[in-house]
Amino acid sequence: MDIQFTEEQELLRSSVQRLLRDQYDFDARRRIVACEEGWSRKQWSSFAELGLLAAPFSEEAGGLGGGPLSTMIVMHEFGRHLVVEPFVETIVLAGGLLESQGSPTQKSEFIPDIIAGKSIWALAWTEKASRFDPANVATTARREGDDYILVGEKAAVIAAPWADYLIVSARTSGNRNDREGVSLFIVDRRAANLHLRTFKTIDGRRASEIGLDGVRGRLLGGEGAGVAALEASRDRAIAALCAETVGAIGELNTATLEYSKTRKQFGMTLGSFQVLQHRMVDMFIAHQEALSLMQHLTLSLTANEPGLSRLASGAKSKVGYAARFVADQAVQLHGGMGMTDELNVGHYFKRISSINIQFGDPAYHVLRYAQLDAAA
Amino acid sequence: MELALSSEDAAFRDEVRAFIAENYPPEMRVPNPETDLTKEQSLLWHRILHKKGWIAPLWPKEYGGPGWSVTQRFVFEQETSRAGALPPLAFSVTMVGPVIYTFGNDAQKKKFLPRILSGEDWWCQGYSEPGSGSDLASVRTRAVRDGDHYIVSGHKTWTTLAQHADWIFCLVRTAPAAKPQAGISFLLIDMKSPGITVRPIITIDGSHEVNDVFLEDVRVPVENLIGEENKGWTYAKFLLGNERTSMAGIGRSTRYLDRLKKIVKAEIPADDPAHLEFRRDIARIELDVLALEATELRVVAQMARGIDPGPAASLFKIRGTEIFQSITELTHRAIGNYGLALREQPVSANRFMPGPDYGHTASEKYLNARKLSIYGGSNEIQRNIIAKAVLGL
Repeated sequence: MDIQFTEEQELLRSSVQRLLRDQYDFDARRRIVACEEGWSRKQWSSFAELGLLAAPFSEEAGGLGGGPLSTMIVMHEFGRHLVVEPFVETIVLAGGLLESQGSPTQKSEFIPDIIAGKSIWALAWTEKASRFDPANVATTARREGDDYILVGEKAAVIAAPWADYLIVSARTSGNRNDREGVSLFIVDRRAANLHLRTFKTIDGRRASEIGLDGVRGRLLGGEGAGVAALEASRDRAIAALCAETVGAIGELNTATLEYSKTRKQFGMTLGSFQVLQHRMVDMFIAHQEALSLMQHLTLSLTANEPGLSRLASGAKSKVGYAARFVADQAVQLHGGMGMTDELNVGHYFKRISSINIQFGDPAYHVLRYAQLDAAA
Repeated sequence: MELALSSEDAAFRDEVRAFIAENYPPEMRVPNPETDLTKEQSLLWHRILHKKGWIAPLWPKEYGGPGWSVTQRFVFEQETSRAGALPPLAFSVTMVGPVIYTFGNDAQKKKFLPRILSGEDWWCQGYSEPGSGSDLASVRTRAVRDGDHYIVSGHKTWTTLAQHADWIFCLVRTAPAAKPQAGISFLLIDMKSPGITVRPIITIDGSHEVNDVFLEDVRVPVENLIGEENKGWTYAKFLLGNERTSMAGIGRSTRYLDRLKKIVKAEIPADDPAHLEFRRDIARIELDVLALEATELRVVAQMARGIDPGPAASLFKIRGTEIFQSITELTHRAIGNYGLALREQPVSANRFMPGPDYGHTASEKYLNARKLSIYGGSNEIQRNIIAKAVLGL
């Protein structure tokens, strides 16, 4: 049950670690986030050169066949360094959907460019009123020749302003909230009649409100079968985000522990106060448990085990609550310093807050976990 | 969730599972095995395991252990706990046994080990005293040398099932002037010795599990000293390490959660908002169990590769007990008004208990489980251990 990395996986991990240590320290990240675009094409190219973008794809698709385990390794390190580049959006979400739903033509047209680092993708599934339900879709698509014409609005789409392509969910039949009748479309982000209103997210990224006023799109996967594809995609994204979260939790715990050993008040280090020691023990336990669930979910995803989607919800919830606890305590134990923009702690806090919203918050997923329980 | 097992280990698991299913005594399947069994009844399973050679998974082969690997031991524990089989008395097999074969002399090994294995001797633990709980090194029970004997006087407390015990292993002070840890010895005392009185302590659930044990000028042969005089603290700590393994209690928590789900289904209509609240609370605990189980499997896999688990046992103790306490609390709430009833002790089928059968032990379990975060080194002590050993604080 304890994942032992193969030589290849160990190599992947150490090379990501080296790259980020050399090029992605907290100051470098600060500069990236502050720049006009809000992300770094140069970093993205080095990820491509290192093979990170190829790692999870199957060998048939031109990837390295590393699967969910390689995603876990990459995302864990990205979590430690607060990497803002859209790996989840481009590789895990779009890459996963293209690989599982795409026609042979679509795969050969798009996946090589993704692997080469030449194209960025984003997934537009959320709407104003959808909250966390992928079946709640008001945007419509009607067929026109080989393509479809999309009309509607998508909300808070992360990485949309960076993207070359979007995958958009739209209704081809049925009523809002019907599971059937939602389809997925590949849309050129620079297409005619597509409008972006872009904003900054709490974790330093960019996202957009998207207006679709008759935008041409190409069907991805079966017509009407979009919800199941989105749910499977969400499971993969959850595993990736859990790994990122565990990386962030680990860094917060290390930083807090170090601070508690040096910061003195009343003539004693903070770490000598039992109430704070016990708090940090609970933070340690939260990290261990989150790490175990991250591994468990990744292994289940790799083996495509039954009950996977329920497990993904469970992990999203448990890891999310654990992360919120650790982030709260890390800020609290750093005192006023934890509130500053200068220190990295607050930035981990904001990233965790953002992850806890994406694809459903811990409260949403614990209910989903309960409702998918056959025994209850 | 399953440990990734080799085909030999999987065959072993099937063998254990089948053996428990075929041989676990039906007389031991009572509403609350921890309180409802007589001494003789609770020894039935012990004797069956002894006959099979499986009574002491931890022990080396030369002393009567089965020679199992880390993984096999874990599988055995997992199967026992999943089947709801009452594990054999820990004080004998898991606690004093390893102390005797690790630190005892040949005569002691020869005398005591076979009787522990067979179940002939029932052991209890003489550690805590009225003034020594978490601060165990402060024990005051005195042992003064008098020729070939020690004269022991003092007061031990919280002694689990001392009412059944043939022997007690005691921490006693042999060097009153030395530093607390340096003046303690580990003594084996026959419970039939003159000067020993056992007085029941009834806990809030109404049961009689624990006792006061008074020792007044009890004469104990010097040959019953384990190891060296004044080195008892070393042996005591060794024993506490064993006590805290396997406290995650995954199998037990899983069984109680399954039961809780059935109770909620039967007691609370699906359209009652409380139904959803219970299901959410249950789901959160279920995820706590899952995360702890995944952690336990991770540690077992590491141990099987020879990696020292460090203070993982403390983590399992903290989380395992917190989880089980929440489950018993939810179960007690789930039965609603019948949570007012508490079975009278000693239990008897002739006494009236209101409400459905599945609720009859909910109150006593809820009350009894409060002990879990206190005994075996309180959860605060476990946090101290992790703070020191892992966090370096």
